[in-house]
Amino acid sequence: MDFGGINPVILLASLMVASTPILLAALGEMVTEKSGVLNLGVEGMMITGAVCGFIAAVETGSPTLGFVAAALGGMALSMLFAILTQIFLTTQVPAGLALTLMGLGLASLLGQNYVGIKPPSLPDLHVPLLQDIPFLGPILFQHDAVVYLSLLSVVAIWAFLKFTRAGLVLRAVGENHAAAHALGYKVKLVRFAAIGFGGAMAGLGGAYISLVRVPQWTDGITAGIGWIALAIVVFASWRAGRVLIGAYLFGGITVLQLNLQAAGAKVPVELLSMSPFLATILVLVVISARRHGASNAPAMLGRIFHSS
Amino acid sequence: MITFVKRPEPSKIWTIATPILAVVLTMILGGLLFAAMGKDPVAAIRTIFWDPLFNEQFAGYSRPQLLVKAGPLILIAIGLSLGFKAGIWNIGAEGQYIMGALTGAAVGLALYPLDAWWIFPLMVIAGAFGGFLWAMIPALLKTKFNTNEILVSLMLVYVAEQILASAALGFLRNPEGNGFPGSRNLSQIPAMSNPELITGTGAHWGVVAAFASVVAAYVLINKHMLGFQIRLTGESPRAARFAGVKDKLLVVFCLGTAGALAGLAGLFEVTGPAGQISIDFGAGYGFTAIIVAFLGRLNPIGILLAGLLLALTFIGGELAQFMLGLPSAAIQVFQGMLLMILLAMDILVNYRVMIVKKESA
Repeated sequence: MDFGGINPVILLASLMVASTPILLAALGEMVTEKSGVLNLGVEGMMITGAVCGFIAAVETGSPTLGFVAAALGGMALSMLFAILTQIFLTTQVPAGLALTLMGLGLASLLGQNYVGIKPPSLPDLHVPLLQDIPFLGPILFQHDAVVYLSLLSVVAIWAFLKFTRAGLVLRAVGENHAAAHALGYKVKLVRFAAIGFGGAMAGLGGAYISLVRVPQWTDGITAGIGWIALAIVVFASWRAGRVLIGAYLFGGITVLQLNLQAAGAKVPVELLSMSPFLATILVLVVISARRHGASNAPAMLGRIFHSS
Repeated sequence: MITFVKRPEPSKIWTIATPILAVVLTMILGGLLFAAMGKDPVAAIRTIFWDPLFNEQFAGYSRPQLLVKAGPLILIAIGLSLGFKAGIWNIGAEGQYIMGALTGAAVGLALYPLDAWWIFPLMVIAGAFGGFLWAMIPALLKTKFNTNEILVSLMLVYVAEQILASAALGFLRNPEGNGFPGSRNLSQIPAMSNPELITGTGAHWGVVAAFASVVAAYVLINKHMLGFQIRLTGESPRAARFAGVKDKLLVVFCLGTAGALAGLAGLFEVTGPAGQISIDFGAGYGFTAIIVAFLGRLNPIGILLAGLLLALTFIGGELAQFMLGLPSAAIQVFQGMLLMILLAMDILVNYRVMIVKKESA
């Protein structure tokens, strides 16, 4: 079953692999933004996670430890952003940019001796019985644990924000930090936690690129995926379910264009390579044009909280 | 317990003192970083900040490089600073820089091998126009649909890089280049080259344009109504709207100017120091210029000084790479650190630090 040299089963299975890093990073950023903090440093945290995960996995031989290190690395970098914006009351846009610039440099510095090494591979978990379903089995049920983890976290984050008390506090902080503060909630503590979670998720996403998707270390390996993740949060209007749709949509575009390149389609390679970014712009335009101002964005997004 | 009390107005002294303090603090922390990498911190800092200017052996080569690198940084940062002042975040200057270079080079190469005095000026105009058009995409999307200009301008960097690749490999490739990627060498075509104007200084037309932009921005911000409107919008968008500021026009103006200046920087680079359109033409000036703009406090004269300093870190970084084996990424970290420390220090500008005894509840 081939269409112009492209096998749909492999295409859809690799779609899930390509979407996972975007999904993880976008989910983390969504939680951060729900607390009213706009962290533009996703790209920097992702690539830091990518390099930390890669080094840890190569040195210990365990991809699991790699992912743990990636989450910690991403979180550690995000703490710089948290200290800047929550303690030093820095404007969030430049602080996020600084984080990205810093992360890119740091990752390139840490990874310079790891170029060209092959990392230990993450085993696929074959879900018994389900994997034998024709067509759907190979697409959905023969992936590694991180793919399932990313899907689980969609549900977990949705439930956390909707049903738990902590989730309610997080949203309250993001909608009206003065009121939340007056009610006695620790606005800064909540935001520290949300930023840290965002960093850890971005780190995981980055490591998924360097350990599974590529799998190798090269400079600038995240290649703009962190920025696409930021756009997907806007596209999803801060809803976990729609983040999933957005991430898979963009994963799909990425995989499709790579497959078209490999199949030698009569479209310039450069046009295919830029297509995910063009699609992102298009989606942002459609979303912003349709909604006209009244968006679902957390009301305090990007605002500085200072209790005096 | 330490608390921060908001100042009614930003402190003038700290506005000037914090960038200097931030540079000093970054040198200390950077030194620690270099020490952690097993390099002599004092030697590393001296190689980066002192040797390019004063070492007898290297200064002859390095000193002119200072203006070569500072020119594009200042030109781009001046443009960015206008938008940043008004809360318009154009972070895609790298893309506008690339597109300016491409448009300008394409116009020049279309006329090859014609030799006339007006070709270079025409390329300059085309370069500015290319950057301007590229910046109009986020500007018009912002004004028409209220699309986030941060993400759009950044996405367009990746798009521009792909267009650059296809130009270097395809439509602008040198037909006499034996199939190697890259365009004709513009700096060797008399009608298209942007030569060093005064031997030994490194100053080319881009440096002249950079200085001119500093003066123009200074006048605009301090003496012109539009400059006042930019500042007002940044400080209080609501007040600005009541005062009759046309905010959409401001978005178009700020992004357009930034794009045109970045495009100019690209054109002067491709016809001068870089010489040709190649795949790796984009050298990150567009991103470093963000640091320059903030370090210069969004003030034209500050940007001039900050541009020179960041240019020095580039040249010194190369020297340290050559002399001490310091990886180039270390300089990137150093620059990122500088921006972070500076942003952290902003608190001294906007807040008064007070020490109060913890009250018993």
